[in-house]
Amino acid sequence: MELPTSDIHKMTVEEFDTAKLLINAARQRDERKYHQFPIIDIDCHHYENESMAEIVQFIEDPVIRHTGLVYSGKGTGAQTPLLPGVVGYQDMAGRVTRYPLRKTERTPADGKHRDVHLSLKWMDAMGVDYACLFPTPMLLLGLHPQAEVEVAMSRAYNRWLIEKIMADEPRIKTMLYLPFNDPEATYKMVKDFGDKKGVCGFMVVSTRYKPVHDNAYMKTYRLIEEMGKPLSFHASYNWNDQMLSNTNRFLVAHALGFTFFNVVHCANWIVNALPERFPKLKVVWIESGLAWIPWLMQRLDNDYKMRSSEAPGLKKLPSEYMQDMFYTNQPMEMPSDMSVLECTFKMIKAETQLLWCSDYPHWDMDLPSVIYDLPFLDEKAKRNILGENSRKLFDIDVSARYPNYKPMT
Amino acid sequence: MAKTELMVCKSGELKDGDRKIIPNGKSEIGVYRVKGKLYAYQNLCGHQGGPACEGLLMAKVEEVIAPDKTYQGMRFNHNEMHIVCPWHGWEYDLETGHMVADRKFRLRKYDVVEKGDAVYVLV
Repeated sequence: MELPTSDIHKMTVEEFDTAKLLINAARQRDERKYHQFPIIDIDCHHYENESMAEIVQFIEDPVIRHTGLVYSGKGTGAQTPLLPGVVGYQDMAGRVTRYPLRKTERTPADGKHRDVHLSLKWMDAMGVDYACLFPTPMLLLGLHPQAEVEVAMSRAYNRWLIEKIMADEPRIKTMLYLPFNDPEATYKMVKDFGDKKGVCGFMVVSTRYKPVHDNAYMKTYRLIEEMGKPLSFHASYNWNDQMLSNTNRFLVAHALGFTFFNVVHCANWIVNALPERFPKLKVVWIESGLAWIPWLMQRLDNDYKMRSSEAPGLKKLPSEYMQDMFYTNQPMEMPSDMSVLECTFKMIKAETQLLWCSDYPHWDMDLPSVIYDLPFLDEKAKRNILGENSRKLFDIDVSARYPNYKPMT
Repeated sequence: MAKTELMVCKSGELKDGDRKIIPNGKSEIGVYRVKGKLYAYQNLCGHQGGPACEGLLMAKVEEVIAPDKTYQGMRFNHNEMHIVCPWHGWEYDLETGHMVADRKFRLRKYDVVEKGDAVYVLV
């Protein structure tokens, strides 16, 4: 395949192989002896749109299913009406070459789904034992103007994932996509699929315009709390958002957009005292990096001390509730002054609350070494963040790969 | 210590605009011939360790600002070519190996020579 460049010289790639692309990751894996302890990736992705012809077969609504079949088949020349389009180019116009080359990668024809093969390939290269898989284009489904399309698509995707991907491969898990624009359908999703094999929690894509403190969600939060599984909020971006549409570079739309929505939802979650209403519900904030957390802690604490009458449900400082929450690293900011990062780790109690994730294959993915090579962490803290915290939180059985596993004390 | 000559390929196999990746111990070296000049760098990005030399070679992107300071668009500057790491897009100046966004980082550079009808890297 020929990749376009800025020059007269084109770059030709004969064959794309994830294992070859990640050979330096495999070298890191071996040098750091990752085989000695479990590594759990709590946020990675696949391109479910490449399996859309299979997924739409699972749509229950016959009219929406027909629409899906048309547009996942030969199409009509128009963009599919089942996924909202949002402007953006995470691959940097082809500079991150795994995007344009992905479709050319060969996988064995052994009956296992192509996405299982592709996932295991990068997992093995990095030294990842278990991974929590999320979709990619569907991360924008919360922006779809038809709530019923989000419901239909997410139910179809979840059923497909459970039956066609996770049933085949115990190393792949998921947190179920929740169609949050429809509170009743969200509740039903948890009820219908929450206990299926491989479902280790529930995920709301943050990029939407629904307040998390709406009374309509309370019965779902209670149900999830009773099930004992975590609820996560996964960031994405919307360049068409009224504020972000003032930016003219994707760099800014991404840097701000991926924190923006989680900041709003996290603030609402706290000042409405949801941690007091659901004290056993574990909440995870995904893919907003880490730098926003100390900022929000300080902003909320400062205002709360002056305006506590507006948040009467709280029994401690907002930052103290935030220290009970869980966070994923990626995309982890690497400041030139490492003491800044060390301070962030201290403020979020990273040794118990931080969960490593790669976000692979997305452009700003993080390898395990972003944690393992930090100079201010001891071996136990590294192993906690890379796997043990997630093993405990999501109750992941690692015995198949680590029969005698004991957490480091 | 005297450097060892590591043969890259026959001269004719590295045409202008070509790149070869050759093994060197536990890593690799990317060797380029661009506008008649040879360059060689370790295939290891200073960010997270990506195979930088396996990425695209792209011209530097510049902003076009008019004398009245208004923005007029962007253009490629083909006098400054960048090695782009395929993992995350970190860009390195082909001439020096410096990472263009933060010059604290750079690719390890190797001397490269053409002798007879072959190209060699000195390691």
